[in-house]
Amino acid sequence: MSKIGVFIETVDQEIKQSVFGVISAAASGGEVVGFLLNGQADTYKDQLAAYGVTELVDLAAGDIVFSKFPQAAGEALAKGATDFGVTALVGVSSPTGNDLLARAAMALKAPLALDCIDVDFNDSTVKKSHFSGKAIATLEMTGKLFVCGIRPNSFEAVEAPGTIIVTTHNIDIENSDDIIVTAVEAAGSGKKDLTEATVIISGGRPMASSENFKILDDCAEKLVAVVGASRAAVDAGFAPHSMQVGQTGKIVSPKLYIGCGLSGSVQHFAGMKTSKVIVAINTDKDAPIFSKSDYGIIGDLFEVVPALTKELEKQE
Amino acid sequence: MRIYVCVKHVPDTAANIKIVGDDAYDTQVKYVANPYDEYGVEEAVTLVEKAKEGEVVAVCVGNKGAANTLKSVMAMGVHRSILVKTDDQFPGSDLTAKALAKAITDDGNADLIFMGKQSVDSEGMQTPYRLGMELSLPVVTGVVSFSHEGDTAKVQREIDGGARETLAVKTPCILGATKGLNEPRFPKLPAILKAKKKEIKEVELSSLGLVDQGHCRIKSLEPVQERSNAKILEGSTQEIVAALVKILREEEKVI
Repeated sequence: MSKIGVFIETVDQEIKQSVFGVISAAASGGEVVGFLLNGQADTYKDQLAAYGVTELVDLAAGDIVFSKFPQAAGEALAKGATDFGVTALVGVSSPTGNDLLARAAMALKAPLALDCIDVDFNDSTVKKSHFSGKAIATLEMTGKLFVCGIRPNSFEAVEAPGTIIVTTHNIDIENSDDIIVTAVEAAGSGKKDLTEATVIISGGRPMASSENFKILDDCAEKLVAVVGASRAAVDAGFAPHSMQVGQTGKIVSPKLYIGCGLSGSVQHFAGMKTSKVIVAINTDKDAPIFSKSDYGIIGDLFEVVPALTKELEKQE
Repeated sequence: MRIYVCVKHVPDTAANIKIVGDDAYDTQVKYVANPYDEYGVEEAVTLVEKAKEGEVVAVCVGNKGAANTLKSVMAMGVHRSILVKTDDQFPGSDLTAKALAKAITDDGNADLIFMGKQSVDSEGMQTPYRLGMELSLPVVTGVVSFSHEGDTAKVQREIDGGARETLAVKTPCILGATKGLNEPRFPKLPAILKAKKKEIKEVELSSLGLVDQGHCRIKSLEPVQERSNAKILEGSTQEIVAALVKILREEEKVI
């Protein structure tokens, strides 16, 4: 049986939630080998065994701290992929995932596709967006092994408990100081990342102020959602860029996307059209968003959103 | 100081894309400079303006029409351009990077290279890395802040949840720009007129003897079916939200 390597990305000492969906995707292609870069395999092994990882590898390169040296981290993943004989190396298409997978692919001289929404390990094809989500391309990768980043929430995480072997794999890397991470500045909010969210509620320019986003925050709390914003709202200073969904912001794929006061631009849809269900709230019955959503509410978000929050509260 | 900016000629994100055959699209649409590349152009032009010396050279791999895209970035302040011509709608990232590398090394020494972190047509997100491999230069993409001192660039990139990573990068290096780095300028008429007289050197891609080793090809291209009209929920606000919650919970099972 062939082996698929998965980069187990961690954030603040925890496995990134969307890694589990990637593991389930990988399991469709063969035995799953997890690669870790922070030396914590023992901490995560039970959690990963529950989703079908059969082998967990702590990659180590002397005293190199991978979080400080992205070039070494990419090279370590590449060496891991080669030494463990995987036919594909996959991971989450997050900022860190994309960066390290791209570096690994360069070191492997392997074909690379990022932000894929589907992958088929049998015929080495992936599907990904082209033209801001207006088309889907099927790409065929040739060669011994390919590298692929998967858009968060593209695959359901499915439990598949089994046994797991944990190993530490030492590799030789000549470290370079061409690129050094000198600091990481945490986001003020401490909020969950938009791309990881299964429910998102977003506000557009009609939000009119950053204070008004509180009504979305309140509703999000009941929905267990993360709050997003349109480019117009971000450019107007109502929300930080880290909350922006769309072409020049985050690409998200939640189960439920509720757009409040969004017009429905192509650029916004490029960032969220792969959501499972889209609900639009807008006062303008002719807003383009109503022609490309699943459910529409013609009404003032300042009335509808608090009413929705109350309704959810009532049913708790 | 010489800064190269790599620019891609792409369909406007608002353009309606019509798929033709299995793996092509109708090119009778409005084309623009890849929006992410414009952040790179703005940064390069500003740096040279502030230094009061040096030049910015744009390099593009694209069809004949790409000359218009090069004119648009020259109107933003780029001094001259190199166009590596190809009629391929989707030249692969590997071949593109090889062509960019060849054009740059044949032209001169780069102190810095800027480009967008991705293109908005094929959304590959990897040409900066491939160019880095060709030129043996360090690469950082998703750059939202840049400064430099001596042979070190200090850049920031946005990571998860709005957190920012600061990196020290040895120059020359390749930086993939994204939104947040700056506000690209809108050229005024005199700049647009002046740009028409600036040099565009043309090279045929086929004359460079490069081989695509990306090992990746487009098998098919399919249009995405847009959702049809939303089901509009009607009634009083109270009735509407109650109906919505019921649908989301019981029919769609998403909450």
